[in-house]
Amino acid sequence: MAETTFGHEGGIAAPSQPVSVPGVHGESPAAHHTSTGLSNEKIAMWAFLGSECLLFGGLISTYLLYRNRSVEGPTPSEIFDIPFTSVSSFVLLMSSLTMVLAVSSIQRGDHQRCRTWLITTASLGASFIAGQVYEFTSFVREGLGYTTNIFGSAFYTLTGFHGVHVSLGILMLLSLVILSLRGRLPTERAETVEIVGLYWHFVDVVWIVIFTVVYLIPE
Amino acid sequence: MSELATHDEHGEHGHADDAAHHPTDTKYIQIALILGAITAAEVATYFVDFGPLMVPSLMVMMVVKFAMVAMFFMHLRFDSPLFRRVFVAGLITAVAVYIAALTMFEFWTEDDNIDTSTGGGETVGMVHVSR
Repeated sequence: MAETTFGHEGGIAAPSQPVSVPGVHGESPAAHHTSTGLSNEKIAMWAFLGSECLLFGGLISTYLLYRNRSVEGPTPSEIFDIPFTSVSSFVLLMSSLTMVLAVSSIQRGDHQRCRTWLITTASLGASFIAGQVYEFTSFVREGLGYTTNIFGSAFYTLTGFHGVHVSLGILMLLSLVILSLRGRLPTERAETVEIVGLYWHFVDVVWIVIFTVVYLIPE
Repeated sequence: MSELATHDEHGEHGHADDAAHHPTDTKYIQIALILGAITAAEVATYFVDFGPLMVPSLMVMMVVKFAMVAMFFMHLRFDSPLFRRVFVAGLITAVAVYIAALTMFEFWTEDDNIDTSTGGGETVGMVHVSR
């Protein structure tokens, strides 16, 4: 009589399937049904971020063209508070760290820690926005309004658009926290957190460029 | 038996491989510290006169930070090359288009200070010149 083979748990081991860890190498449970073998949602987000490069490229280019072309009103060197903006920049940079730790947590199945890191990321983002609001209001008090000169128009348009992107990112992060609290963000959907993370990191990367080009490079 | 055991080992081995490709949390923290140090160096250029090296060094540091966030935090280095190609295509398109636009506006050579914030004067091309 032939012996039946059993696996280490006492059952018959099934033929091994390729193990798909959500969010790793772009694989999601649905990815195997796509023509690329990758997640369509993730490809869409990367394509969207590629298009966002064109948006912010245009805004940054416009700022570069206009910033030295005003003869009245405050100039960049007169109005910018570099130490204050440096702290804001560091805060946003650290929010990228907390975001990636949130993604790492949910990929491990640690939902509590994921929520903690998501809330921390949103808080750091909110701190950045608060800093921007304070900066804008102090600039207006010092005489730089949206229509004061073209430097002001270009500056507020560029940083305002970035601020709106950060704010939308904060809303997405809070939505993830709510989904997780309601039990609608299981480990299998870790890619959702990763995709929101991609957006958040891009927002940080754009600020890396803005901080250097707008604030640090002299006129 | 040996065939099934081999399949089981292969599955576990593949899973371990996937997990090993992404950085650990400690690695992420180390990368964040490096990014913070580079940011501090960037801010130092505001207080210390780097002379003609200021703008090139700022640009280099900016590109390094951009690349580190994209490769490590956004996992471009560890994920499928298709994601990298899609993003880099948009990035290269943006850089090329706006370098061309800035060149068209003589950004690299023009150094005049033109007032476009007040009324009066005349419009020369796309620029308003006050009298």
